[in-house]
Amino acid sequence: MKPAVFDYIRCDCADEAVALLAQYGDDARVLAGGQSLMPMLNMRVAQPKVLLDISRATDLGAARVAEGALAVSAAATQAAVERRPNLTHELPLLAQAFPHLGHLQTRSRGTVCGSIAHADPSAELPLCLAALGGEIVLRSRSGVRTLRAEQFFRGLLTTARQATELVEEVRFPLARKGERYGFAEVAMRHGDFAIVALAAVVGAAEMRLGVGGATDRPAIRHWPLLCGDELDDALHEFARDLDAGDDQHASAAYRRHLVRNLGRKLIRELQR
Amino acid sequence: MKRFARDTYHRIELTLNGVKRVGHSEARMLLSDFLRHELGATGVHVGCEHGVCGACTVRIDGLAQRSCLSLAVAAEGRDVQTVEALAGADGSLCDLQAAFRRHHALQCGYCTAGILMSAAEFLERTPEPTERHVREMLSGHLCRCTGYTPIVAAILAVAAERRRRPNPA
Repeated sequence: MKPAVFDYIRCDCADEAVALLAQYGDDARVLAGGQSLMPMLNMRVAQPKVLLDISRATDLGAARVAEGALAVSAAATQAAVERRPNLTHELPLLAQAFPHLGHLQTRSRGTVCGSIAHADPSAELPLCLAALGGEIVLRSRSGVRTLRAEQFFRGLLTTARQATELVEEVRFPLARKGERYGFAEVAMRHGDFAIVALAAVVGAAEMRLGVGGATDRPAIRHWPLLCGDELDDALHEFARDLDAGDDQHASAAYRRHLVRNLGRKLIRELQR
Repeated sequence: MKRFARDTYHRIELTLNGVKRVGHSEARMLLSDFLRHELGATGVHVGCEHGVCGACTVRIDGLAQRSCLSLAVAAEGRDVQTVEALAGADGSLCDLQAAFRRHHALQCGYCTAGILMSAAEFLERTPEPTERHVREMLSGHLCRCTGYTPIVAAILAVAAERRRRPNPA
């Protein structure tokens, strides 16, 4: 459980990181908090030639409100966002999701952008970003492009990021008046990756449910406001369409069961 | 920008338990191994080496973190605290350690060093924790001896003691 050899480069700013990514491309991995990448290095699932540490980059540490969104830069930790004094008003969905996200000891180091870039299908932050309709800002030497979450997540640990691009920032749209937000998940142990995680948004005329852990990327479905049997039917259809998989922790049937039943419970609480 | 090439030992300086220390590290060396083998801080216990068990938890710039998910080169210049920082110079236990002993919150002791470092930060940040808060914090640690209940009791007892007597000797 020791990493294979690599060169380690500490970047002082985003420009340096982007220049080095242009130089090394696929041979480099960006290290921010390392709470996903370090286990992969230790187990030698990942063996990059060069590690680009951006954790001390002076221009990548901020999380700030801008243009109706919380913009979180690449080196900002999960704990820094979790401890924002107004988070329950700014982003109630995130405030509910954070206690499920790893552990206190990993959130203190792990970054928000790192979790998004890692794109684990059962991770909480990609699900929340997708459910809220958030954006990812990718920067390379040739410029900046902004993708919506559904354009960014492409599959198991796979994203639309090019090898020369840095996930520079992610933007979570702030809570809107009249919308209510709920998060729930079932995991083997508190803080472990979810068997199924759910993020619900119920507005005045529309509602949506995001599901993590069932498929290779967050799945989001939009509905008009539904209740009673119509809600049950919609959840049943969504669960069936997900094409969930079996693994050592849970069967596909159990995952469908969770989407239907935990989903109904979560949405009904928001409708009360 | 600072580059640490592979297959070379680099001089790394950091503060360990209040003292400036120097060791030598390859780029790929984990902080847990650096603390144990280079600096002799063998109170850092190594369990799973992929961030699950929590035995190697130390405080870096005050924050409880996995030392197995950190590189020694990345900790250059940081302020690192290990379990060796808790007891007094004469070996007297701090209030947290004493409560663990009193409540039988350890048996084999392997996980204890990490849990103490997490609990130390947690209590500074959360002076009035509920049992749920403590258990949520403890979810980042595996203990196969105690069943956790005595650990929860010890941490809650220290929180209560500190509220009664805000400045422990």
